[in-house]
Amino acid sequence: MSEFWKAYCRNRGAVVGLVILAVVLILSIVAPFWFPGSPWDMVQMPFLPPFQEGDAILGTDTLGRDIASGLAHGAYVSLLVGFVSTLVSLAIGIPIGAAAGYFGGWVDDILSRITEFFQVIPAFAFAIVLVAIFQPSITSIIVAIAVVSWPPVARLLRGEVMSLKHREFIEAAALSGQSGFTIIWRQILPNTISPVIVLSSMMVATAILTESALDFMGLGDPNIMSWGYIIGAGRTVLQQAWWISFFPGVAILLTVLAFNLIGEGLNDALNPRLSKRRD
Amino acid sequence: MTDTPSPSVTIDHLRIALPEGADRPYAVDRVDFRLYPGKVLCVVGESGSGKSMSANALMGLLPEGVRVADGRIRLGDTDILAQDEEGMRGLRGRRMAMIFQEPMSALNPLMKIADQIAEVFEAHNLLRPAERRARALELLTEVGLPDPARAAASYPHQLSGGQRQRVVIAMALALEPEVLVADEPTTALDVTTQAQILELIRRLQVDHNMAVMFITHDFGVVAEIADHVAVMQLGRVVEEGPADTVLRNPQHAYTRKLIDAIPKLGAGRAEAPERPPLLTVEGVSKTYHLGGGLFAKSRKVEAVRDISVTLGRGETLGIVGESGSGKSSLGRCLVRLQDVSAGRIAIDGQDMTRLQGAELRALRRRVQMIFQDPFASLNPRIRVGRAIADGPIAYGTPVATAMAEAEALLERVGLPGTARRFPHEFSGGQRQRIGIARALALKPEVIVADEAVSALDVSIQAQVLDLLDELKRELGLSLIFITHDLRVAAQICDRVMVMQKGACVELGPGAQIFDAPAHAYTRSLIDAIPGRDWDQSAA
Repeated sequence: MSEFWKAYCRNRGAVVGLVILAVVLILSIVAPFWFPGSPWDMVQMPFLPPFQEGDAILGTDTLGRDIASGLAHGAYVSLLVGFVSTLVSLAIGIPIGAAAGYFGGWVDDILSRITEFFQVIPAFAFAIVLVAIFQPSITSIIVAIAVVSWPPVARLLRGEVMSLKHREFIEAAALSGQSGFTIIWRQILPNTISPVIVLSSMMVATAILTESALDFMGLGDPNIMSWGYIIGAGRTVLQQAWWISFFPGVAILLTVLAFNLIGEGLNDALNPRLSKRRD
Repeated sequence: MTDTPSPSVTIDHLRIALPEGADRPYAVDRVDFRLYPGKVLCVVGESGSGKSMSANALMGLLPEGVRVADGRIRLGDTDILAQDEEGMRGLRGRRMAMIFQEPMSALNPLMKIADQIAEVFEAHNLLRPAERRARALELLTEVGLPDPARAAASYPHQLSGGQRQRVVIAMALALEPEVLVADEPTTALDVTTQAQILELIRRLQVDHNMAVMFITHDFGVVAEIADHVAVMQLGRVVEEGPADTVLRNPQHAYTRKLIDAIPKLGAGRAEAPERPPLLTVEGVSKTYHLGGGLFAKSRKVEAVRDISVTLGRGETLGIVGESGSGKSSLGRCLVRLQDVSAGRIAIDGQDMTRLQGAELRALRRRVQMIFQDPFASLNPRIRVGRAIADGPIAYGTPVATAMAEAEALLERVGLPGTARRFPHEFSGGQRQRIGIARALALKPEVIVADEAVSALDVSIQAQVLDLLDELKRELGLSLIFITHDLRVAAQICDRVMVMQKGACVELGPGAQIFDAPAHAYTRSLIDAIPGRDWDQSAA
């Protein structure tokens, strides 16, 4: 574990990413204590600019709601949607891709056609349709994002597994009597972990963006304050009150950046040969 | 040599510094070389001895982070180290040229051969386009390509390995350089092709009065081509002298060790005692269907054609042949990594060609394999102890017992206490020992070793072969040893099967195959072994 940390910390950007993520995580945990009221409550006069006297340090929106409070409460939503939808799409994509790559033949044909079927529909339009059909709620948003984002995982896994399955160590494993499932699980999947981790960190970032975009379009969960909703609500008054859209925008940018940096650091730390080369 | 001509290249006190954190501070430490026109200097050494680094320094092609720390390199009167990149470009190709180990990667796969050779002239702004093409054709004729006009219009993938190496040599010769640096130019080639390429280099070097620096790890090749030899170990030249002297009367202990490690051809084993058959191969064929789709017809390749052979209990059977002879395909059929197209393979009378599932698994543990590439055959993410134990675990041995057995096996192959390390912490030879331990973990009766020592340095090769031989006798194993190296086959095999184009052309006791080959192809293989005359005179 300490070796892993050393390798991870050698990438400075990854450490910065982890710090940003920690801040967002803490923000989402302390939000109910720091801003005990509902973020939907009107606490001040509308259009209060940021850094003025009073409790609303980042200003208020068109209805006088505290933006700082909205940001803190929204962090929870962004992280939840990002992580859960990514886990769900990994759970769909990894088995499909691994089976297609390892077994080949007609299994590959069927699974690849299914993957392509999902891939040819523009992701965001598909997500909008799904959320609209299932009624906007946090669950339907997560499901919609997962359903539109698993095909790249399956394709990545298929390619990785196909290139790995002819390697000599896989043949050696087959010779030593290991079953197909054992070989995929113990020999192949651990070797695909770094590209999968890099991809999933990007997917968390994309999921956060997609969630924000859905909220921006007014398709968010109506009971939950999120970053995308605040930006959407502030967009009409961007000229008069820049801060309404600006702060949640920065929050999204930093969080997405953090996940990308972390993904890179994890890749360095998880690939023993690559990190060795850096010595 | 009464009047010594002035050297084409003078290398004095060359010191090449490696980046910090490397296993030693200097890749090359205070070496002196002289290259004379019309002479071949062979630089011999094992991997990591600094032989290629010296050549790269001469060509000004050192990898990033590696630099010349001290010393002088002069080409005639030109100081190489004082040249800037521009100056070096002028020298490369025109005054000195280089040929590499892997001709495929030295050629542009998307460019026709004639254009690639013409490009050499273009890079130096010589000749007009039409003349360049004519000259390219002349060069291809000179390096002995069978149909120069066709070769000129081909892409690299349409030529064989030996033909590609001829093209690379033609490119190197294009501007009539004074110095030719050849870095293991025949290592990737078959033995008969190697013999042709060595002869070609020898002839061209005499015709053009070139100074040649020939880098190799193979003393057989040295015996064929060298005028002068320098033996390198860990960045230093430990012995240097005229080829005859060094080869017949080596002074330094390291040189002697390297020469002793070469398997001797004369060592072919006499008629082996009759042994009870263990593995029976009857009329086995393997046909591949390549390409093909909905509308395209697939191409049929007969990799293995009607092979019949028996392997006795405790016997070592060698399968030799050039690349494409089908020897590896046969080996893969024997362990059922591939299904045979026809024929049967039986162990102890039990047919294993049609078995599936659990029955196959039960039989499979009796036939195990050692793979060629010690780097690709171990999972980089699994600790070696576990990699060895995985087989027994798959057959139901408790994890703790299997791990303990794995540790014992590692100790047996000379790597005690290493079970918790990852493969990248081992050298090539050590990894091959791990591969052997893994093959032994299931207590097999037959081991198929597919080019198991081909990727190793000669001294390591000797150690691994000794280990295999010891284990074989200790455990009563039968061994099928697939190799392209006839020296290795001669040393360890009881019987040898020679394969050509998928068919068996000769099968018999080792001594008979090597001393009195009956088939013309076997004879041509044996004649092509580099350094055979030297071998016989030394024996």
